[in-house]
Amino acid sequence: MTITERDRHYVSTTLSEARVNLEIETDGMTLNLGPQHPATHGTLRIIVKLDGEQVVACEVGAGYMHRGYEKLCEVRTYPQVTTLINRIDWLSHFANEVPFILAAEQLMGIEAPPRAQYIRTIFHEMARLGNITLFLGEMGLQLGAMTATFYAFRDREHVLNLLEAVTGGRFHPNFDRIGGLKDDLPKGWVDECHAVMKKIRGFCDEMEDLVMGNEIFQVRTRGIGIIPKHIALSYGLTGANARASGVDLDLRRDDKDIAMAWKHADFKVWTHPDGDSFARYWVRLQEVRESTYIIDQLLDGLPAGPIMAKVPRIIKVPAGEAYVQTENPLGWMGFYVVSKGDLGPFRVKIRTASFNNTSVIPWVCRGLYVPDVITVLASLYFILGDIDR
Amino acid sequence: MSSADTDAPVAEAPTDERRDALVARVQAKLGAGVVETHVIPGVDAWVRVTRDAWADAAQVMTDLGFTFFDYLSAIDWYPNIHGKNEEPPTNPIVVPATSAELEHGVTGGETRFQLIARVYSPEEKIGLHLKADLPDDDLAAPTWSRVYFGADWHEREVWEMFGIDFRGHRNLAHLYLPGDFEGHPLRKDFPLLARHVKPWPGLVDVEAMPGEPDEDEDATEGGEGE
Repeated sequence: MTITERDRHYVSTTLSEARVNLEIETDGMTLNLGPQHPATHGTLRIIVKLDGEQVVACEVGAGYMHRGYEKLCEVRTYPQVTTLINRIDWLSHFANEVPFILAAEQLMGIEAPPRAQYIRTIFHEMARLGNITLFLGEMGLQLGAMTATFYAFRDREHVLNLLEAVTGGRFHPNFDRIGGLKDDLPKGWVDECHAVMKKIRGFCDEMEDLVMGNEIFQVRTRGIGIIPKHIALSYGLTGANARASGVDLDLRRDDKDIAMAWKHADFKVWTHPDGDSFARYWVRLQEVRESTYIIDQLLDGLPAGPIMAKVPRIIKVPAGEAYVQTENPLGWMGFYVVSKGDLGPFRVKIRTASFNNTSVIPWVCRGLYVPDVITVLASLYFILGDIDR
Repeated sequence: MSSADTDAPVAEAPTDERRDALVARVQAKLGAGVVETHVIPGVDAWVRVTRDAWADAAQVMTDLGFTFFDYLSAIDWYPNIHGKNEEPPTNPIVVPATSAELEHGVTGGETRFQLIARVYSPEEKIGLHLKADLPDDDLAAPTWSRVYFGADWHEREVWEMFGIDFRGHRNLAHLYLPGDFEGHPLRKDFPLLARHVKPWPGLVDVEAMPGEPDEDEDATEGGEGE
């Protein structure tokens, strides 16, 4: 069953190159989207070969933001690495730190105290809120609905303020430490957080009416850029992109061994069977709502106690290998860390969600019209730093 | 939610039946292709295969239901000869002549370059690492991109960063680097020029604070403010 599908994929990719329009003899046209196109979230270049207005072949040119983090990690000590990896996916800041810190902790054989685990999970979810609320507005912007963006920036501000109150940083908290956290929560923060969660749920309702209920939005997203389930799995799509294709995978629920507090929260993992751009938007909207409920539950159950385990002052990680991945806002983010017992890692492989999520673009864009390419790019939702690292 | 057990150690010698069974299944399918297996209970498992069995391994894993492709990468076991610019230049790192003399750490492996990939089973919710050693004189492996489409970009990345060839890959073009780039940046013998141009100021972080006695142990970092 999958063999024929694979064959079809390869045959169609090669055949489409050679296709000619028999009715009117037209030359193909090559259109360059980017690297400086507002719809590509930064410096990503999409080269599309057009036949009329239809995309015949599509190629992605990444690397305009390649900073070589895997190489840079090798010359830093473990605590210094978190500063770097904050900037991989700059909207998910804290969520990037978590898998690396967990991998280092796994190698050292220590575990953060429960309170630290709870606060970590809360911040991880808040990174999701900050990230995905922006998407919910931005998707409207890319389809021509400017209003939604302003709502998104307004409500994202509340989340960033909360983060700033604890960590001092709005974009790059650099708050996670091997063995726990840098600081505890300030007084009164929990109540404020509950209030913000209510606001975010209100924002979700607004977006449901304003964007998802909009007829133009629906026409432009429904049935556009359909990714079937087996393609999503084979390309390694994760996060909402995979769940919108009916893949029921969420590491927050499925990974029971990880030292995070998701196992103490009750939440639903939303999937959508359609796999089109609308489904991806819909799943993300539900996720934001679910995320606010997770935070509410964790705040209610926040245990008392220390926020830092006993850790030597100079951190030397024993030799070994560890791979930890978590469900980040954009999908799975994993760190494969090899240690030789030094102050710094020997090799760090960073598995980012956007890298796999964008690799499907050449597949999904074939046969689309040019404006639909923008819809697909917007709905796949990648961050350039997350592709290029 | 009480904090009853702060750091209760897990029971000694834990076993992981799921991962043990999984490794056994893979071993039964691949037969002589498997070189070494390793299970870290409750955490992860890996299977090291011969290079010739690398393509079969992908096929076997999809047949076993591991249809989700996670990532593919490589490790260079060469010592970091350019160091972190911390070592004095009069004291150069000794470079072994052959790959057999390299220190391979604990991740298994006998040669300088090792491929590593991870696949995941969406039904069983379990992942597995696969590894393969590459001989020094022939840095190449069969491609996975016909089984896992996602391997396409990952192999392109490994190709340009490590110089490992993937046979059967239909488009081994540069992904990140400009087309005329020379060298393979993630190899350990490729210098990180930024470090050579300017000394790294972050080094001070690992030294003891001024005016403090040198104590390595039992001082927690980031406790109450001093």
